[in-house]
Amino acid sequence: MARKKFSTKAAEGDMTPMIDMVFQLIAFFMVLINFSQDDQNAKITLPTSELAKPAEGAAEFPIVMHLDKDGTIYMGANTASVDSIRPLLSTEVAVLVSQSKAASDGNIIIRAHKDAPGGKIQDLINKCQELGFEKFALRVKEEEVK
Amino acid sequence: MRIKSKSDDNAGQLSLTSMIDVVFLLLIFFVMTFKIAAQEGDFNVKMPLQGQPSGPSEEPELPIKLRLKADAAGNIADIVVNDSQSFGNDFAKLRAFIVQMTPGGVEGPSDAKGPEVELDLDYGLKYEFVVSTITSVTGYKQGDDIIRLVERIKFAAPRKSAN
Repeated sequence: MARKKFSTKAAEGDMTPMIDMVFQLIAFFMVLINFSQDDQNAKITLPTSELAKPAEGAAEFPIVMHLDKDGTIYMGANTASVDSIRPLLSTEVAVLVSQSKAASDGNIIIRAHKDAPGGKIQDLINKCQELGFEKFALRVKEEEVK
Repeated sequence: MRIKSKSDDNAGQLSLTSMIDVVFLLLIFFVMTFKIAAQEGDFNVKMPLQGQPSGPSEEPELPIKLRLKADAAGNIADIVVNDSQSFGNDFAKLRAFIVQMTPGGVEGPSDAKGPEVELDLDYGLKYEFVVSTITSVTGYKQGDDIIRLVERIKFAAPRKSAN
C-alpha cells in the first residue's frame, strides 16, 4: 500500500506572543490617539515657562485661539486677522447665550507664537473684552528637560 | 489504523497570515499618526473690561507698574518698575524685587490679596518676553513646589504700533 507522505510546512516558530504584543500596541495607540485639531496647531511654537502646569480640570466653555507670529488667528477651521476676528467671536457669544450663559462665562485660551508681537495679544484681548469676555488663559509649554 | 476525523484536519488548517498583515498595517498607521506633544500649561488672567468696579471694595493698593521696553528686533531692552527702578533684561532681578514686595508669598486662598501688577509693554516686544515677565512675577519653583507671588496681572492699554 503506497503511503502518501503529507508535505509538511517549513517549521515556523510560534507567532502567538508576537501577535499578542502587536494587539497590545494597537490598543495603546487607539486609546491615546487624538484627531481633534482644536488644541494643537503645528505652526505655533508656544513660549516656554518653568511654571507651566496643566490645569487641574478642563476649563468650562473653552474657546481656543491660535495666534501666529504675523498676526493671523486660527480658530477652529477659520482663519482671521485681529481686525476681522469679531464675527467669529460673536458666533461664540451666540453659542454661549444659547446655553444660557454669558460671554463672561467663556474661557478664551490664547495660544500665541513666541515671536508674536506682544501688542497683538493685547489687541486680541481687547477685542474679546469688547464682546464681554473676561476670563483669559495664556497658554505656554513646559520647558524641555535640560 | 489511525482514524483521522475531518474536524481534526480542518482545525490545523486556518491561515492567519492575512489577519496579521492587516494588523501590522493598522499598527503602522497608528504609529505614523501618533504625535507626542509637549505638555501645555495656562496662565490664567482675569480681565474684566476696564471701568467696571471689581468686587465690593475698591482696590486700596496701587498696582505695581511694569514697563517693558523692546529693541528694534523685539527683544527685551529694559524692564522699568514704577518708573523708578530699572532691571535691564534681567528677569531674575525682577523676581527678587517682587519677592521682597510680597512678604511671605501668597499661598493658597487668602483674604488679603497680593499686589496687582500692571504690564505696559511696547507693541513689538516678542510674546516670549511677556511670558517670561509673567513667569517671574507669578512665582518661582522651589524643588517641586511652586511658590506663588503675585496673583493678579493686568495689561495696560496697548501702545499703538509704529506701522
